[in-house]
Amino acid sequence: MTDTLRTENLKVYYGEHEAVKGIDMTFAEQSVTALIGPSGCGKSTFLRSLNRMNDEIPGSRQTGNIWIGDKDINSSETDVTVLRQKIGMVWQRPNPFYKSIYENIAFGPKYHGIKNRKQLDQIVEDSLRKAALWDEVKDRLHTSALSLSGGQQQRLCIARALSVNPDILLLDEPASALDPISTSKIEELIGELKKSLTIVIVTHNMQQAARVSDFTAYFYLGSLMEYNETSIIFTNPSKPNTQEYISGRFG
Amino acid sequence: MKPKAADKLATGIIVFFALLIVAVLLGMLGFILFRGLSHISWDFLTSEPQTIREGGGIGPQLFNSLYLLILTMIITIPLGLGAGIYMAEYAKPNKLTDAIRLIVEVLSSFPSIVVGLFGLLVVVQQFDFGFSLFSGAIVLTIFNMPLMVRVTEQAFRSVPKEQKEAGLAMGLSKWKIITSILFPVALPIIVTGTILAAGRVFGEAAALLFTAGMTTPHINFSDWNPLHHNSPLNPFRPAETLAVHIWKVNSEGLAPDAAQIAAGASAVLVILVLIFNLLARWLGRALYRKFTSIK
Repeated sequence: MTDTLRTENLKVYYGEHEAVKGIDMTFAEQSVTALIGPSGCGKSTFLRSLNRMNDEIPGSRQTGNIWIGDKDINSSETDVTVLRQKIGMVWQRPNPFYKSIYENIAFGPKYHGIKNRKQLDQIVEDSLRKAALWDEVKDRLHTSALSLSGGQQQRLCIARALSVNPDILLLDEPASALDPISTSKIEELIGELKKSLTIVIVTHNMQQAARVSDFTAYFYLGSLMEYNETSIIFTNPSKPNTQEYISGRFG
Repeated sequence: MKPKAADKLATGIIVFFALLIVAVLLGMLGFILFRGLSHISWDFLTSEPQTIREGGGIGPQLFNSLYLLILTMIITIPLGLGAGIYMAEYAKPNKLTDAIRLIVEVLSSFPSIVVGLFGLLVVVQQFDFGFSLFSGAIVLTIFNMPLMVRVTEQAFRSVPKEQKEAGLAMGLSKWKIITSILFPVALPIIVTGTILAAGRVFGEAAALLFTAGMTTPHINFSDWNPLHHNSPLNPFRPAETLAVHIWKVNSEGLAPDAAQIAAGASAVLVILVLIFNLLARWLGRALYRKFTSIK
């Protein structure tokens, strides 16, 4: 496969502080990779570095390489606006735009050049279907996105990320602000989406990591401690530190 | 004192102050309207003022106030929005931006008579724009700029930062995020700021005495070419506004009905501000709804 996402000696600094300490990682395509670890271990920073969101934080810089296929996207020549269409992102707290449901989805494609109304309608429907939200909102596409419930808003944000056809989806604790029912919907959705996408998810919820992911990476103090198939990490980790974290003895 | 009693007492005091302010405002409004309304007629609103005889109107002054408001806003809004957006979204936190913020604060507390004199020396005389609507608009812009800049900056800062992140992650440019995502959310606060700024345009007199002037030449209301000398739209003609007219009539009016004219003009001014407020709020809400689909 040519478009595999891979990092090589990726370091992220906030000022002098080295928050991510040289990570080498290859993400399997069409599968879910979970990043776990105690708070402050650098997993969210690492996730954000993958689509260069840390660029927006004053005083932060990142070194090393992020490869998509044979292209290094961590170089200054990379156009981040193009890159970010390829790599979608969803946050902990749902953040739909203050616009109608329809506009939330159509906004990105419109901006990136699709003007045809029929085509846009199709993209909106497809994206909402993929995010398992279509049936709930199809009759009120032009009402405010803020009138949706938290779980619906989060699925709308996923639909919005899907609207520009990304290859990779980054999820930063996407369910931690939601109720159990909404959470299980999101998890089901992740299972569906991985058929066509590479998904990286940060989570604090061990059960969730075990349920949804194929691979798990354990971060500690900015370093990648252990990275393997999820079943192995959760049943037979090679490092005692991993074992202790997973069984809830710290973190 | 028991917490419950203290709470009751505090609530009582706060409610009393709130009611006091409302009563003072209503009293003033009532007084102005009571004294002025009887003098307002179509003729009063449209005819020209008289120097010595009875029965003068405020037609040109009314027009001047509205036109000056438009001219000022044409200059103030783009400048204020631009500077405010820069301060909120582009300016790095350093000594320079702190200094700009301080200067803006100081500017907003300048006495209007001082700004008026500055306008007289620089705009009216040095740049030779004379006593004109344009000079007046420049001076009023100096007043309103700090308000517009500060309000715009705060409005943009009040938008949750997750909105901006969402836009960035979609691959939107910074400019697109500002215009299409942040601006609609910030709009209601900006509209409020614009109303406040506009209120000052209607009410300002001191600064306009030396810049827009205290006289209005004969205006030909059938000639709407802004380039013509006697056109009402000519921005380079002297123009006495309603507020200035009230001051002039009160202090040096010779007409026997000067007091009634001042009272009538005051009532008109108050009503004008009120109408403008309502219109601007309505417009702001309509735009907000259109952009955000919020009912």
